[in-house]
Amino acid sequence: MDRDEVDSRIRSIIEPFNKKGVAIKDDTTFAGDLEFDSLTVMDFVAAIEDEFDIIISMNQQAEIEKYGQLVDAVHGQVNT
Amino acid sequence: MTEAIFQPDKPPVNEATSGDLFSKFDATIAMRENLLASGVEDPFSLVMEKVLSPTRAICNGRDTILLGTYNYMGMTFDPDVVAAGQKALADFGSGTTGSRVLNGTYQGHRECEDALREFYAMDHAMVFSTGYQANLGIISTIAGKGDYVVLDIDSHASIWDGCKMGDAEIVPFKHNDIEAMEKRLKRIPEGAGKLVVLEGVYSMLGDIAPLAEMVKVAKANGAMVLVDEAHSMGFIGENGRGVVEQAGVIDDVDFIIGTFSKSVGTVGGFCVSNHPKFEIMRLVCRPYVFTASLPPSVVATAATSIRKLMSAKAKREHLWKNSQRLHAGLTELGFTLGTDEPQSAIVAVIMPDLERGAAMWSALLTEGLYVNLARPPATPANMTLLRCSLCAEHSDEEVETILGMFERAGKLVGII
Repeated sequence: MDRDEVDSRIRSIIEPFNKKGVAIKDDTTFAGDLEFDSLTVMDFVAAIEDEFDIIISMNQQAEIEKYGQLVDAVHGQVNT
Repeated sequence: MTEAIFQPDKPPVNEATSGDLFSKFDATIAMRENLLASGVEDPFSLVMEKVLSPTRAICNGRDTILLGTYNYMGMTFDPDVVAAGQKALADFGSGTTGSRVLNGTYQGHRECEDALREFYAMDHAMVFSTGYQANLGIISTIAGKGDYVVLDIDSHASIWDGCKMGDAEIVPFKHNDIEAMEKRLKRIPEGAGKLVVLEGVYSMLGDIAPLAEMVKVAKANGAMVLVDEAHSMGFIGENGRGVVEQAGVIDDVDFIIGTFSKSVGTVGGFCVSNHPKFEIMRLVCRPYVFTASLPPSVVATAATSIRKLMSAKAKREHLWKNSQRLHAGLTELGFTLGTDEPQSAIVAVIMPDLERGAAMWSALLTEGLYVNLARPPATPANMTLLRCSLCAEHSDEEVETILGMFERAGKLVGII
């Protein structure tokens, strides 16, 4: 799966969580721009995990602040 | 989940601030000030001037019924328990001044561990200085780098902190969701060590975990299982061994964590296990090694209390009766509760919002009733809760009195 496909699948998952309709770019931050609280993060991460059949551990989540980093992390996992 | 008021159980990340390092707490300071400005009695500076019994105290000058102390079995004033503590204090002194692995293991610590082994019918028991340290120590020690800890998202702070202190990969799943847990277990790379961490009773809503299914799924996926039974010991299960006993899976779990600060009625924590190599924990578990052991009086009261809890069938039955009556009475009055049926000795009353929750808490205190106020971010789904924990020593009349207090306070605040 190439990065673009991972990107577009994550974009469709993020939609219901993006309550303010923020335009999403690689440097969009989850906490700042999207205002995700911890409950939203949990539901969002679970949705991504189920979509790609992967685990994004809390340790990995701590390193992911921006949208682009999430796409890279998921892309890295589905191609290993 | 926890007792904390302004702290989520899952540890927050404190962002760096320039200059005054305390600037990072400004939001919390403001939150507290806003709450107090609404005129409620300060929920964070309650002082019990006198404790009359497991169920009564003089709080801020008022005679108060205690309905938020987790003193489930009412052992704190048991004459045998108090006498054992007094004798140990006289015979062994006020403290051990040492680690369990150096000069801090007295006869009483051994006897306390013997009582636990007998209580749970397990091979090994290890006593920690607090329940928090038991979770912190066991989880951070047994799950190492490259291992995976799979845990319920509503876990207590001591579980989260044990995860944070260790080097394992941490994978939370939706509360009590068997399928979510199973999916995550199946995604863990082959060969990696797996620890599933569950609680018998979750203290926020007083709901229990579906342990029969969860433990089965965890074992089928090659995981070791740790269950925190802090809120069920002495009460749930035929012998008071917890939800694991009630669910019939006590022989399948690898570790049970518990505390002395609830049903046992003092302070301390423990882990019991049948793992053949368990005793090595005493040498490798840092929160066990690098702290002073419990005072002799504390382990003496704990051992006496644990032995009495083995045969406390009548108390268990009365506590169930109290829980059922309070649950039914509050439901009849029109309050919204955390569970449809009483599942434990915790009854959580869901408040419409923080303002009315705080006002209700304050009104109850004025009536002479103490409950726990739990609020976001410490609560699931950002709810404001009034958590009631019943005691086997609450009389039938006291439970009726409590219901009357809830009715008056609820009408005053406009919740019912």
